[in-house]
Amino acid sequence: MRDSTDLWLLMLACAAATYMWRGLGVLLSGRLSPQSAMFEWISCVAYALVAGLIARIIVAPSGLLGQTALTDRLLACAIAFFAYRLARRNMFAGMVCGLVFFMGAVYVRSAIL
Amino acid sequence: MAEPAYQQHTLAFRAGVGEALGVPAAVLGAGFIGYGSLAADAGYSIWLTLSATLAIWALPGQLVLLEMQAGNAAVAATVLAVSLSAARFLPMTLTLMPLLRTGGRPRRLWQFLLAAQVVSMTTWAVTMRRFNDMEADARWHYFLGFSLVCIVASVVFALIGQLLIGALPPLARFGLALLTPLYFFVTLVGEARSRSAITALVCGATTALVLHAVAPAWSLLGAGFIGGTAAWMLQRRHARLH
Repeated sequence: MRDSTDLWLLMLACAAATYMWRGLGVLLSGRLSPQSAMFEWISCVAYALVAGLIARIIVAPSGLLGQTALTDRLLACAIAFFAYRLARRNMFAGMVCGLVFFMGAVYVRSAIL
Repeated sequence: MAEPAYQQHTLAFRAGVGEALGVPAAVLGAGFIGYGSLAADAGYSIWLTLSATLAIWALPGQLVLLEMQAGNAAVAATVLAVSLSAARFLPMTLTLMPLLRTGGRPRRLWQFLLAAQVVSMTTWAVTMRRFNDMEADARWHYFLGFSLVCIVASVVFALIGQLLIGALPPLARFGLALLTPLYFFVTLVGEARSRSAITALVCGATTALVLHAVAPAWSLLGAGFIGGTAAWMLQRRHARLH
């Protein structure tokens, strides 16, 4: 996957695989009820996959985040979530608190070590 | 008193633009600025970041692609995982299209197929809510105005994220790299109010982490299929019992 042409082709294949659902929705609309067991399953699969993705990025990241401490990443998530709830579901309050804590923790660690 | 049709269309379009320019554009911007920096970290060119955002137009899928590439996953597994992460577009377009279609001026199939490409979680959630108190003919233009702002904001912020990561001091780079995962964490955990959503979250995250230790390349697909199916079965059993 190092080759750039391969990367472009892979991206386009992913775009087509994403569009498939959108296009199907247009073609089937009016003929299919969104309240069926199959759609519940689809929703669960998509939701679980994205949850797995975020869990994996936070617990075992690659690239830049891989150089940071697991404790810092987990604490940043917890702090962001509680700030979000305390600020009445304000996304920005959550993000700012989480990120400020995270960068502070990374800084303190690099200063100590 | 009837205003000419083009004027009503312009008004609806502007209403969509105005609505999107507030919180929706800012929230998308936060997600995509992080995406741009992660893409730069993964070695994407600016053109690839831009094209992936426009062509896939689903941040979870774009992140899955980045993650699976970093783990050198097989091409078929990557495409399948990205596709599954976007499966919720089917029920989304299924419910949105009839609202765009009814009442308004008759439109061709290709217009609906094109409109489906610009649907996102944000546009869907906001437009579905607004469409109720809106004339059928205004919906189409409102939808286009709203979607346009979302797309432009996302592309601009993705590019800012991509360019910024090289120019920032290391500490800020770490913050930028955590931005998108943190954004999704708060969104997923914060918005998961229904029982099925919480079950799917827990099952997906657990399966991904367990599989990551055994077969990292398959952890995301496994999280979707195994975790998602487990959540679905738990949910159905719970619904039967109560």
